[in-house]
Amino acid sequence: MNILLYDHTFEGFLTAVFEAYEFKLKQVKIVKEALQTEQLFAKITKVFTQAPKAERVYQKLKTLIGDLGLHRMLYTFLSEDEDLETHLWAVVQYALNNSKRNIIQDFSHPSVLKLSQYEQMVHREKHRMEAFVRFRLTLDDIYYAEIEPDFNVLPVIAKHFKDRYQDQKWMIFDQKRTYGIYYDLHKVELVEMKFANHLNKQEGLEMLVKDEKLYQHLWQTYFKKTTIQARKNSRLHIQHVPKRYWKYLTEKFPV
Amino acid sequence: MNFDRITEKLEILADAAKYDVSCSSSGAKRNNQNKGLGNSTGMGICHSYTEDGRCVSLLKILLTNHCIYDCAYCVTRKSNDIKRAAFTVQEVVDLTINFYRRNYIEGLFLSSGIFKDADFTMERLVLVAKKLRLEENFNGYIHLKSIPGASDELMKEAGLYADRLSINLELPTEKGLKLLAPDKNREDMIKPMNYVKNEIIVFKEEKKLFRNTPKFAPAGQSTQLIIGATQENDLEIIQTADSFYKNYQLKRVYYSGYVPIADDARLPSLQSKVPMVRENRLYQADWLMRFYGFKADEILDPNLPFLDLDVDPKLSWALRNQHIFPIDIQKADFEMILRVPGIGVKSAWKIIEARRFSHLNENHLKKLGVALNRAKYFISYGLHFGNLKFLNSSNLKQFILGNTKSKYQDQYNAQLALF
Repeated sequence: MNILLYDHTFEGFLTAVFEAYEFKLKQVKIVKEALQTEQLFAKITKVFTQAPKAERVYQKLKTLIGDLGLHRMLYTFLSEDEDLETHLWAVVQYALNNSKRNIIQDFSHPSVLKLSQYEQMVHREKHRMEAFVRFRLTLDDIYYAEIEPDFNVLPVIAKHFKDRYQDQKWMIFDQKRTYGIYYDLHKVELVEMKFANHLNKQEGLEMLVKDEKLYQHLWQTYFKKTTIQARKNSRLHIQHVPKRYWKYLTEKFPV
Repeated sequence: MNFDRITEKLEILADAAKYDVSCSSSGAKRNNQNKGLGNSTGMGICHSYTEDGRCVSLLKILLTNHCIYDCAYCVTRKSNDIKRAAFTVQEVVDLTINFYRRNYIEGLFLSSGIFKDADFTMERLVLVAKKLRLEENFNGYIHLKSIPGASDELMKEAGLYADRLSINLELPTEKGLKLLAPDKNREDMIKPMNYVKNEIIVFKEEKKLFRNTPKFAPAGQSTQLIIGATQENDLEIIQTADSFYKNYQLKRVYYSGYVPIADDARLPSLQSKVPMVRENRLYQADWLMRFYGFKADEILDPNLPFLDLDVDPKLSWALRNQHIFPIDIQKADFEMILRVPGIGVKSAWKIIEARRFSHLNENHLKKLGVALNRAKYFISYGLHFGNLKFLNSSNLKQFILGNTKSKYQDQYNAQLALF
């Protein structure tokens, strides 16, 4: 077996695909380098990401599986699932072996179907984050929010927030992956930082504008009052708003 | 802003608005062009869910709960002894903007009790929308309630600023309305609805000639029917909904199980339960009409004018029409696949795509998301007839129910006893 290690980037993965074909490798397995484990009887090679190789694979795939296919591959990648490379590799091979037609809608192929399921999962998380982000207005005049999404969705939610909030500075920070996106009224940038003392519910209070707490309180009031007690259905509620998201939802803060 | 006073008003006026079911924020596209606030892509977002599991997409409030009417089913009726309050136009604008900037909401759903008269009320609702659009450069979603009897001029203005307009029929028949809301009449409700419908048609025509014709209520109109406050049967409700979809091109009809709020001999008692299962079945029937190509008169048999509570309306239809099945999943039209119980719109599309590549079997369908526990009795895979031996049996319904468990199981007995 040939194990190809790559640097956890999408470009790195595409480079690995290129090299698998370039060197006509058999029984290929593409693995993130941090997840490397000792393997008997396997040849392990580290792939160095090269943009031109990645670009060629990208363009080839575009002709085979179109924009929809690439979109699905990218979303699969963002899922960070440990099996994702296996399925991506299987789909790439299936596409190349059937170059006469676009196989991306062939849901009878297990990996093609799997990719559409990854896409669905990541898309649902993207949609959730567009809904569950809760900004707080800080003294620097930045609307600030923290999230801990199941999948790495910051790259795909940036556009939504950029289109929507054009006249306010904002930042969304992924606590799990310790990076964020920041909009400075002109463009969105990736920011990496370690917060010594991030805006936590209590400790960060002094950094928020005076009215912030009051608006949070109004929102909590609204949330409480818009519930119809006679129809209370906690199971349904939790199904829609799973508990793991409550930590950052203003309306779910303990009063 | 006096936050204590605002909090109190919000408590009263959100509480009074909560019986309006609609919280949809989809169907209107507004692009944020010159560094304004907000952007609507046409896709709705539920920012949260209430503890009863309903979507919270909009700030849903009344402008005031002062009202000159005395409708028996309504908490804000004139004769009810409750606290009254009213927001100013500016207060609603400020709340909306500040909630929107924090990503709490998609926009505003503003309704109101009727104070003084219809036009006086409508004028204020329109003023809120106008301020949001023109002064705040707001591109979020705005849903305004059309006040029965409002003038055409005001409805025209409302349509220019709002994405959706709605007027609640509340009672499925005129007879019911006479009984519970004697000072209202259906004519007054239909007039603004009809006006808006015609304006939307005019807009679509003009749009073909001039690209920058100003938008007019792009998310259309909707209405709401209260279920179980009066004696209407499901057939009447579905027929009413169907005729409003057809005649007024409504985007949605909402069904709201009556929550007992008043001790009144004309209404179900305060102890009665909210008819949630019935409401759910009506929504399923509504979906069958809007997305599954069913006609109103196919859904219910006139001799049995209530929907089954223990099976969904599509399964119920299939059981009444067993002779149409089995359907060959490899060859059947999309329309027929849609009619198989357990197959939804998405999986129907996936079946159509996947069968071009291979011969589908039960395993494929399972992976595509089909609910096989219901579907398997109604489909064949070309040569294989797995479960079809049951199809012609008269007790197929019992058989399917025996093999599935519904989340509503515990509510059936209680509800069935009513009929």
